[in-house]
Amino acid sequence: MSFPLLTVTAAVPAAGAVVTAAVPAARRTAAKWLALAFALATLALAGVQLARFDPDSGKPFQLTESHAWIKDFGVRYDLGVDGIAVVLIALTALLIPFVMLAGWHDADPLEGPAPNRRWRPTQGFFALILMVEAMVVISFEATDVFLFYIFFEAMLIPMYFLIGGFGDRAGGRSEEEAAAQRSYAAVKFLLYNLAGGLIMMAAVIGLYAVTAHQLGTGTFSLQEIVQARADGRLHFATVTERALFLGFFFAFAVKAPLWPLHTWLPGAMGEATAPVAVLITAVVDKVGTFAMLRFCLQLFPEASKWATPVIIVLSLIGILYGALLAVGQRDIKRLIAYASISHFGFIILGIFAMTTQGQGGATLYMVNHGISTAALMLVAGFLISRRGSRLIGDYGGVQKVAPVLAGTFLVGGLATLSLPGLAPFVSEFLVLVGTFSRYPAVGIVATLGIVLAALYVLVLYQRTMTGPVRESVRGMPDLRVRELVVVGPLIALLIFLGVYPRPLTQIIDPAVGRTMSQVHKTDPKPDVPTAPTNDVEAAK
Amino acid sequence: MNPVNYLYLAALLFTIGAAGVLIRRNAIVIFMCVELMLNACNLAFVTFARLHGNLDGQIIAFFTMVVAAAEVVIGLAIIVSIFRSRHSASVDDAGLLKL
Amino acid sequence: MENLIGLLVAAPLLGAGLLLCGGPRLDRAGHWIGTLLAAVSFALGAVLFADLLGRGREDRTLTSHLFSWVPVGGFRADVGFQLDQLSMTFVLLITGVGTLIHLYSVGYMEHDERRRRFFGYLNLFLAAMLLLVLADNYLLLYVGWEGVGLASYLLIGFWQHKPSAATAAKKAFLVNRVGDMGLSIAIMLMFTTFGTFAFGPVLAHATDAGEGRLTAIGLMLLLAACGKSAQVPLQSWLGDAMEGPTPVSALIHAATMVTAGVYLITRSGAIFNAAPDAQTAVVTVGAVTLLFGAIVGCAKDDIKKALAGSTMSQIGYMILAAGLGPVGYVFAIMHLVTHGFFKAGLFLGAGSVMHGMNDEVDMRRYGGLRTYMPVTFVTFGLGYLAIIGFPGLSGFFSKDKIIEAAFAKGGTEGWILGGAALLGAAITAYYMTRVMVLTFFGEKRWQPDAEGNAPHPHESPRTMTIPMVVLAFGSVFAGGLFSINDTFLKWLEPVTGHAEGNSPVSALTVTIGTMVVLVLGVALAWAQYGRRPVPVTAPRGNLLTRAARRDLLQDDFNHVVLVRGGEHLTRSLVYADHTLVDGVVNGTAASVGGLSGRMRRLQNGYARSYAVSMFGGAAVLIAATLLMRAV
Repeated sequence: MSFPLLTVTAAVPAAGAVVTAAVPAARRTAAKWLALAFALATLALAGVQLARFDPDSGKPFQLTESHAWIKDFGVRYDLGVDGIAVVLIALTALLIPFVMLAGWHDADPLEGPAPNRRWRPTQGFFALILMVEAMVVISFEATDVFLFYIFFEAMLIPMYFLIGGFGDRAGGRSEEEAAAQRSYAAVKFLLYNLAGGLIMMAAVIGLYAVTAHQLGTGTFSLQEIVQARADGRLHFATVTERALFLGFFFAFAVKAPLWPLHTWLPGAMGEATAPVAVLITAVVDKVGTFAMLRFCLQLFPEASKWATPVIIVLSLIGILYGALLAVGQRDIKRLIAYASISHFGFIILGIFAMTTQGQGGATLYMVNHGISTAALMLVAGFLISRRGSRLIGDYGGVQKVAPVLAGTFLVGGLATLSLPGLAPFVSEFLVLVGTFSRYPAVGIVATLGIVLAALYVLVLYQRTMTGPVRESVRGMPDLRVRELVVVGPLIALLIFLGVYPRPLTQIIDPAVGRTMSQVHKTDPKPDVPTAPTNDVEAAK
Repeated sequence: MNPVNYLYLAALLFTIGAAGVLIRRNAIVIFMCVELMLNACNLAFVTFARLHGNLDGQIIAFFTMVVAAAEVVIGLAIIVSIFRSRHSASVDDAGLLKL
Repeated sequence: MENLIGLLVAAPLLGAGLLLCGGPRLDRAGHWIGTLLAAVSFALGAVLFADLLGRGREDRTLTSHLFSWVPVGGFRADVGFQLDQLSMTFVLLITGVGTLIHLYSVGYMEHDERRRRFFGYLNLFLAAMLLLVLADNYLLLYVGWEGVGLASYLLIGFWQHKPSAATAAKKAFLVNRVGDMGLSIAIMLMFTTFGTFAFGPVLAHATDAGEGRLTAIGLMLLLAACGKSAQVPLQSWLGDAMEGPTPVSALIHAATMVTAGVYLITRSGAIFNAAPDAQTAVVTVGAVTLLFGAIVGCAKDDIKKALAGSTMSQIGYMILAAGLGPVGYVFAIMHLVTHGFFKAGLFLGAGSVMHGMNDEVDMRRYGGLRTYMPVTFVTFGLGYLAIIGFPGLSGFFSKDKIIEAAFAKGGTEGWILGGAALLGAAITAYYMTRVMVLTFFGEKRWQPDAEGNAPHPHESPRTMTIPMVVLAFGSVFAGGLFSINDTFLKWLEPVTGHAEGNSPVSALTVTIGTMVVLVLGVALAWAQYGRRPVPVTAPRGNLLTRAARRDLLQDDFNHVVLVRGGEHLTRSLVYADHTLVDGVVNGTAASVGGLSGRMRRLQNGYARSYAVSMFGGAAVLIAATLLMRAV
């Protein structure tokens, strides 16, 4: 048997979580370094995955592992990655070390004597981050619906504690008030996502029932179901397929989040510390959009097409609505949260435009949005930690005092508004083109989103960074070395992927092509074919 | 005598026991009424064993007795300790688990 | 030779990277590094120009394919350059004027502590602008297009401690984004129509597509051009953009970036030629803007804003010419180049004046400066003569041709356009004379500022005057040089194509007409400002003057409709999100909570009631079983 690379990639952070949690209370710093080491090891493993992945192999999944798990219910421990998953795993593994470094001091115990000797918040914080990483990674790898479902839901638990337990102390509120709002946000996050998960569970059971009824033995295996449908052994009645699709989609739409199921996100991102907010929006939420692409579209292609008009409209509303609400926010982190809602609208739009450009762009968007939001949010976190306030109105003239901080914030903002030359532009444009070629009106309305994006980013930048230096901002230190180490590589990556996204598109492209063929969709042809090569490409 | 009459008797005893459990407040009395219900069941089992001509019912009656005996031991112990701590054997006074 | 094209863009890009990331170590030499790299770029441009001249007329296109940028499915975007006569003209203008303005900035920004950053931004601008004109496809052009927008944003807001500068920068970027939206929709339309957006195939197959589709593409391109070139209705940002340092106004908001719209339309000539409706829209925008800008320019007392109005108006001329089709493309570009010289010169002159006058911008507080700043006066004066179209100077040749071409449009349309262009020429003469007189003639009107520092007008340092002199040379001779033997026409014709218009009025009549309106404009301005003392505070003025001072109320319209409306919209959406969308969620949670609160009452703590429910449940079960049996 070959080396179980995928299992190990998920197991390393899981083991790291256990080890970090076990570090004695006094050895706080050691725990941090230990956690970082495990995160870097995971990153290395993700790198190995990328290296061993062959985009042109033609197989649906690679590096597969398959073991029987619960025989009576046909549950299997099946892992495998396609081009989309492998890229997202790399993104996750890449972001976690930055999240840790950015939150290096976020979980240090407050000044004064510790409540007791066994009080270990720092260890807990880093262990929980690693735990989330492990669960996210295995969700990306799972090709068994049941296995996926377990980790899709289980990641709520560490996230709940990360939001509720280590929230933002800032905001000019008393500690009790902050704690109350934090736990409100955490509970809301948990209940919202659990509700989605429960509906999905019903659909998972329904899927089992259908397969058990028609195939004799029930199965949760994605490949087996897809294969059986292709062979004609398995046939979903229209109503059944739609109901199952909706069950799955609801859970993913909550997680993604799609308008109008988004209201948990601003609260959770606002109350959580900046690194945890990055974890939510850049890592955990990506599982939702990823799962739409992998499970909704592949398991239920017909129902996906049936639901497309509604989903397109919802995501279009999400794009404009999120952007408009971002303009109206007074709280930096909530602003970024609403901006993310707008961006998730673009991702979902791209997925359901059902064109190669749309889906390829959406996948690329997931990666780029992860990096750009991380850059913007983490710098915002550095800013907030200096002043102790999340309100935009409390800042002004930071540029004069801390030019590097302002500069990195601007680059993060420019990435968020999809400036050409930075990575998000490529993906956003692909999504727009992909949408436009099938639904021109939708594409045109969606471009309004790029104007609004400029508005909320520049307003944020203007109010916080420019103008006369506010008294409260005077003497604010510029970025420290640790913070530069966090932001520098992210910005470099944004520029690199903006100029040369090819390494990613090469991996994503074949996987997207396969998804498209499973939904039985081909790209619309141009009206006036100009170059013969394009036709060949489109036919493929 | 027709064995069916024993079933009527068992039903009567069971009803008396159930009514006692529902109406009385004294834990000891409730307890005795539960015993009465159990024994009514036993009577029914034995009668059915006789009617059907196999031993299953009688065996279950023995089981019931054993269970009832165990229940007496535990139940009385609980009642005694409750009586000791709050000087009352009324079940209405023991409502601590209520929210 | 082809590889040099990449270097052309790379040199200033390298400068931007160095200066922006280099940190304070480069503070001392940064401005010279920036200037040097701009000069390198110009030198490379000159080498390429010589190479092109050495080739046959039809063989003057160099292409350089660097790498495949975004390959996804049938979508192919490449990073590749195309250098032909049109791009070459721009390259020389951008790098030439750019280098001069870098040099000028060395002196102008001498006392600014953030000078290194300023040069970094300038270099970034050069790189983006070169990318814009050298790209061989629309998507890469779009990168340059937004890149210059970014550089413009950074430079307008360079003095961002001033809230007005920060606001102006934001406004410029936002208005430009509206235009960019047009460009991105145009690219999407091209992709769905042609399956590609590279210049070659799109322009070659333009006529194969339906006219409706081409009109749509053309209108979207026009929207983009309106944003970048400050044409009505997206012109409102240009006046505010004067908050930036003056060299920026000269380079970006006069000579180069704002002319990108003209480049875009000329480059897409094949599309516009096949879409007459789009062309009508283009000429309309051009004609309206040339009058709009001129009127605004008449009313402004801020010297830079008056020049900004003039820029708008002159670009209106170019857009008008470009909208006329093959008759006008060459003249649009020719006017663009000559305008690049004289307007950059005028702005540098204005900067020189401000430099000597403690950054005072109100022309009513100047006066009689010609003796204090002789070099500035002469160069500015030459620029002035060039822009009003004084015979023999640059503006004369290029503007005259445009007016002629406008008449040649034929029919009523031709008369309207030609008339508008003539009227514009008259107003141009008027407002430029006004600027000239207010600044350099009449008595001294300057006063000590609030802190009591009286200005001591003085000539600017050599680094600043040299660029002004060079540009003045350009303003004087460029037009003439281009027109001898139709040199410029022959140079550009292979790319843009050219058609002789048959004008209902002869060329001579047009020239005479232009001269007449010119004299009228100058005379009127002289009568108003030269012969009477000028009040230091502006008189209230009539309705039109007051409206023109407020940019013909465009900003007020924007403010009421877009800003206020937008604020109300976002505020009500924030409210709705909280009460409606989140309210539904919270309402669900609350109703579940209420229900469970009621259910809880059933658990009353009496063992008897639990027993009853048990018995009841058992009874129901037994009854149900028996019933099922019976059925």
